[in-house]
Amino acid sequence: MSDAYVAQEMIAARPRPNEVRKADWTFARLLGSLSILCWIAAGIGLVVFLITSYDQSQIDKYAPRYFDGFLTTMKLVALSVSIGAVLSLPIAFGRMSSNKIVRNLSFGYIYFFRGTPLLAQLFLFYYGFGSFRHFWQDLNLWWFFRDAWSIALLSFSLNTAAYQAEILRGAIMNVPKGQHEGAASLGLPPMVTFFKIILPQALIVALRPYGNEIILMIKGSAVVSIVTIFDLMGHTRRAFSQTLDYQTYLYAAIFYLLVVEIMRRLWDLLEHRLTRHLRR
Amino acid sequence: MHFMKKLALTAATVLMVSGAAQAADKLRIGTEGAYPPFNTLTKDGTLVGFDIDIANALCAEMKVECEFVVQDWDGMIPALMANKFDAVIASMSITEERLKKIDFSEKYYNTPPALAVPKDSDMKDASAASLKGKLVGAQSSTTHSEYAEKKLEGIELKLYPTPDEFKLDIEAGRLDAVIEDVTVLGEWLKSDKGSCCKMLTLLTPDPVINGQGAGVAVRKGETELANKFSAAIKALRANGKYKEINDKYFDFDVYGGE
Amino acid sequence: MELLSLLSYGSEGWGDEILASIGVTISLALATLPFGLLLGFLLALGINSRESSLQISAKIFTTIFRGLPELLTLFIVYYGAQILGNFLFQTVFGTTIEINSFVAGMVALGFVFSAYASEVFLSAFKGINQGQYEGSAALGLSRFQTMRLVIIPQLIKLALPGLSNLWLILLKETSLVSVIGLADVVRITGVAARVEKEPFLFFSLACLIYLALTFLSSAGLERIEKNARRGEVRS
Repeated sequence: MSDAYVAQEMIAARPRPNEVRKADWTFARLLGSLSILCWIAAGIGLVVFLITSYDQSQIDKYAPRYFDGFLTTMKLVALSVSIGAVLSLPIAFGRMSSNKIVRNLSFGYIYFFRGTPLLAQLFLFYYGFGSFRHFWQDLNLWWFFRDAWSIALLSFSLNTAAYQAEILRGAIMNVPKGQHEGAASLGLPPMVTFFKIILPQALIVALRPYGNEIILMIKGSAVVSIVTIFDLMGHTRRAFSQTLDYQTYLYAAIFYLLVVEIMRRLWDLLEHRLTRHLRR
Repeated sequence: MHFMKKLALTAATVLMVSGAAQAADKLRIGTEGAYPPFNTLTKDGTLVGFDIDIANALCAEMKVECEFVVQDWDGMIPALMANKFDAVIASMSITEERLKKIDFSEKYYNTPPALAVPKDSDMKDASAASLKGKLVGAQSSTTHSEYAEKKLEGIELKLYPTPDEFKLDIEAGRLDAVIEDVTVLGEWLKSDKGSCCKMLTLLTPDPVINGQGAGVAVRKGETELANKFSAAIKALRANGKYKEINDKYFDFDVYGGE
Repeated sequence: MELLSLLSYGSEGWGDEILASIGVTISLALATLPFGLLLGFLLALGINSRESSLQISAKIFTTIFRGLPELLTLFIVYYGAQILGNFLFQTVFGTTIEINSFVAGMVALGFVFSAYASEVFLSAFKGINQGQYEGSAALGLSRFQTMRLVIIPQLIKLALPGLSNLWLILLKETSLVSVIGLADVVRITGVAARVEKEPFLFFSLACLIYLALTFLSSAGLERIEKNARRGEVRS
């Protein structure tokens, strides 16, 4: 028997290798600290700027207008997202329909609204449709197409409907086939299957994209200020043109950031609550 | 290939962030180009109008070379303050609000605001009773929009980036009235594009809101340049050049009272 | 026929002006892209970094530019950068700087693009196995080499779908620059609509132009994605 596998000599224990000392000031840390300093400086600059150019009479004059504009923005977003949600149902189904014509129609609709800028759509609806006054009058619809607010609401609803339809479709496709089969084997009618089984599961998947869509609408709604509506952005631009004071834009920025951030947080809470059964 | 070349060229030119070293004798003049008959862009991109002719005459009088910079009305004063050009000749009224931020030469014309309404309008005058609840259009950042906000009570004000948009809207029947300079409205109503509407009434200018007429705007503190413009305006008035330009566009003297 | 003559090439119609405006829209989007991609990648690196200060400041950046409406960002950059730029140049060089609407648009849209792109890159980073880094370390590659030779080639493939989406959004968002005076498609068709009093014709045309641009880019992007996946086994 060879004893080759028996150790012939003992290696003496060596001291632990020197700890690899991280440099105190790595490049990343330097860059990070510098950028933090920049943000702090920018923040202080912003506060100082807002304090030094503080003018009670301007605040008295414009604060109510900003608030009014904020309400207009929120109303526009809430209404168009809700109307869009209703409209998105048939569009999403059309997209998944077995009928080729219906499928192509909804595909065309979605492609148009997702493929063109909201601003161009708004102009098309506002100025473009507005030029057919007699046509609308014959249909007794002129009261609707005359009003900037209803046109804005219409074009925003149609726009978000296209996006929401895609969200919904993606979410419904995401529900496993077994759920359909299970429901069918229980003999549930299609409507009950959809509303009680498929939709609740789909909505959970769609929760995050829906939240993003609402935030996108809050931000995107700023373009209505261009077609004479005094939303938050509209009042901001008007205040800027009257005062020529840059802080009008900064206040608007703070306002929008707060709204979007609060919205995001609320949505996170909502999602946390609604998906509590999925967590282990 | 040609198109790609053009594209690359455009990209290259617009990308230039020029440290615009200021040549001493070249004066950059900001104007809007959407305000006929005072300043408009023709389709091939040349500026024409009363303001443009006056500006050229002023520059000739002051013996400086001028170049025009087209700027949207909304950003006109910020752009002047940010040094994108040295003077604004764009029918800008000399008002107290604006004097807080910029300086002006003496006026080079002064015409009152007016209201225009659709031909079938039931409005009789600019009284509070007839204006109540009416939708009135105006260009934003103008003295007219200020006037509408402060003096026309009970209206709902709609603001547009240029007069062209409110013209479209009143023609479409979306507005009950528009407020604008009387000569601008007159020019439009005269053309076949303005066939929808008629002049309702002249409005009494408010000295605080409407100011003292349109002047050449310069940055705050550049009094010397402003004075040069004032002197040149006076010279044009004296040597008949002003009348020549005036008569090219109007059948009355737009300068207003002395 | 009369309507068609409005779209003809030359002094009568708007064809040449509109064609030039398409060039402006495309060049703005193309000029924004590399800037936005690079900044977005750096932001993703920052958020992934172990350095908490870097993480925080990258997160502040993305929070701000994802929270602000693009239109407002554009105004803030257009007016603010001009004031700031003039101030800096005045004190340092004694001259002024011109920040035109193209540059302002590029910066504003680039910031927004980078904030969203950083998300895409981050999730792509998550898709890369830790073993890739360990393997590279075992091969003795430096950190930079690891990034360049191992991580980025895989990252691009993972990030492409997300980035394609962002490109389409960017293409549409260039339309906002019309508001600060850049002669892009929406601006020029708007001018034509007002001058000719044919808003429906010209704004439909604007929408069609964007549809065509979207269609062409999706076709192009699909080819790129296919190309990026050429090493994969077809299922």
